[in-house]
Amino acid sequence: MLRYAIRRILLLAPVLVGLSIIVFAIARLLPGDPVQLAAGPQATKEEIASLSRELGLDRPLLTQYWSYVTGLVAGDWGQSILTRRPVWEDLRIYLPATLELVVVAMGIAIAVGMPAGLVSAAYANRWPDYLSRVLALGAISAPRFFLGLVMQLVFAMWLAWLPLGGRFPIVDIPPPAVTGFLTLDALIARDGGAFWLALKHLAMPALALSLSPLATITRMMRASTLEAMTQDYVLTARALGLSRRLILFKYVAKNAASATLTVIGLYFGWLLAGTVLVETVFDWPGVGLYATKAIATQDFMPLMGVTLICGALFTLVNLVVDLAYGLINPKARYA
Amino acid sequence: MALVEIENLHLAIRAFEGEAQVLAGVDLAIERGEIWGLVGETGCGKSLTGLSISRLVSSPPARYPKGAIRFDGRDILAADEAEMRKLRGRRIGMIFQDPTTNLNPAFRVGEQMIDVALHAARVDASVLGLDAKASARARRAAARALAVRLLERVGVARAAERVDDYPHQFSGGMRQRVLIAMALIGKPDLLIADEPTTALDVSVQAQILKLLHELAREQGLAILLITHNLGVVAQIASHVAVMYAGRVVERGAARAVLKAPAHPYTQALIASLPRAGAARGSLVGIPGVVPNLFSPPAGCRFAPRCPLAVARCGEAPPLEAAGAAREVACWRAERAA
Repeated sequence: MLRYAIRRILLLAPVLVGLSIIVFAIARLLPGDPVQLAAGPQATKEEIASLSRELGLDRPLLTQYWSYVTGLVAGDWGQSILTRRPVWEDLRIYLPATLELVVVAMGIAIAVGMPAGLVSAAYANRWPDYLSRVLALGAISAPRFFLGLVMQLVFAMWLAWLPLGGRFPIVDIPPPAVTGFLTLDALIARDGGAFWLALKHLAMPALALSLSPLATITRMMRASTLEAMTQDYVLTARALGLSRRLILFKYVAKNAASATLTVIGLYFGWLLAGTVLVETVFDWPGVGLYATKAIATQDFMPLMGVTLICGALFTLVNLVVDLAYGLINPKARYA
Repeated sequence: MALVEIENLHLAIRAFEGEAQVLAGVDLAIERGEIWGLVGETGCGKSLTGLSISRLVSSPPARYPKGAIRFDGRDILAADEAEMRKLRGRRIGMIFQDPTTNLNPAFRVGEQMIDVALHAARVDASVLGLDAKASARARRAAARALAVRLLERVGVARAAERVDDYPHQFSGGMRQRVLIAMALIGKPDLLIADEPTTALDVSVQAQILKLLHELAREQGLAILLITHNLGVVAQIASHVAVMYAGRVVERGAARAVLKAPAHPYTQALIASLPRAGAARGSLVGIPGVVPNLFSPPAGCRFAPRCPLAVARCGEAPPLEAAGAAREVACWRAERAA
């Protein structure tokens, strides 16, 4: 297992290098001259040329790429025009917010979706199955921002149970940042009130974000469970007296989960980059909202930073999935 | 009273085209310590007979319109799932054809064996040699020790280490040994082995058959060996039953049946075995095709392909004694020994 893990981690390096090349290339290929943009509309040719030299943009591409990469490693991710702060500083604030949202949303999707898929398959073509299939189809079909709006209407406007948006009340003092996850930080600070507040803010956006992975995981789990239940080892287990419950929740579940795991990894990465809509609807101060604002103002450095960090996290999550796959499926370790 | 008694068993399975009469008169009686070979070609119902003893044929779509199965005096066809589970794994062990797919790839072999042992011990605490009040941990430890002992018994070298291996770390023959150990961990009285050697190469086949033979002798285990391979039967079976299109057409002592088959189908089956040294192009088949089970012929189901068929064959022949050690269902069979 250790050798398998090391091999997987080593494979990460070329992916990250490739990612940095792509991000760098896109920034150079995009229309619009960043120097002109930075110098302002009234700048003369000489001013632009001197700024270009100052920024190092007159040097060969390879040199530029090298200084970009070494800058990344040293924590220099450029400056945001909009926030007037280093991108790295911005990401340190916004990224944990998005991660918290995505982690909780995926947590909900996995915790509900996998058992729902198992039960759905166990009751194939009976009412629990029909119910879960109809709900899953609905959750997949409804657009996330629409679900978000409906939830806001019901839970925030009518029932007034949950706040309309945001991550924490502006008037309250958040717990000291340790992990950047407000819920965790509140727990670390032993502040029950803050935890409850953070949770209430988190509930709706996390739920809205979780619905489509939840539905997909349910359907994947159902299909792979049905497939696993036709396997010979299930007949052998039945022939030797094991109970249906043990066969389903132990022997079939583990086999079915390994197929579903791939989807979970993909969805995780997809959610990281796809929180834009939900963050906009719920005014959640995360990377998605940051990126949207950066796009609107042609603010390149934050965009490159967000792309890079989302790409890196995507590959990292898939590494975790690969490792989990190795845990579940012993054969994969030797492949 | 025999350990297993199957009398005139009928089994019908509903399908899109109608209801297939897949079993139409299976008669078997297996005593402790006997090895019965159940032979016949693909689709004759031999596997369904084996699965029926453990009630593993899902009904619906299947139903048992006629006949009886008794295991140690118990009426199997009237038993519910809970009663059957008490027999499965404990009194009746089963192994199947393909050892690569019958072990769960995601679990260590020991884990799978332990679960079977724990199940058997819930039915009968003596399986683990502990009293019913033993702690879960003690029972698990005993189950594991039993798994190691059984792996040793079926010839898995370094069993104490290999018990923690995954199925893909074993060869095909070794996996079948693991499955045999798993089927025997509940100390069953009957082992149903459905084509246990078909997926293995010939030298491994012989080892597995030898192992089954030894186990039957040592433990007084009855074995129902389901196979299409008469050679396998000749190697280890004490008795043989020949099935054709859902019926037992001939049964008796293996030596008698194989040496001097009385039923025309058994004769044809034995004549069609390829022999070493025979002339090129001398392969013999059985002319005609297996009957359609949705509308089987009335009377003897082999009659349409039988060279000896007469008018009377339109009426089903009963399974009757032909000599001391055999019974045959054929109007034309020699009744004298």
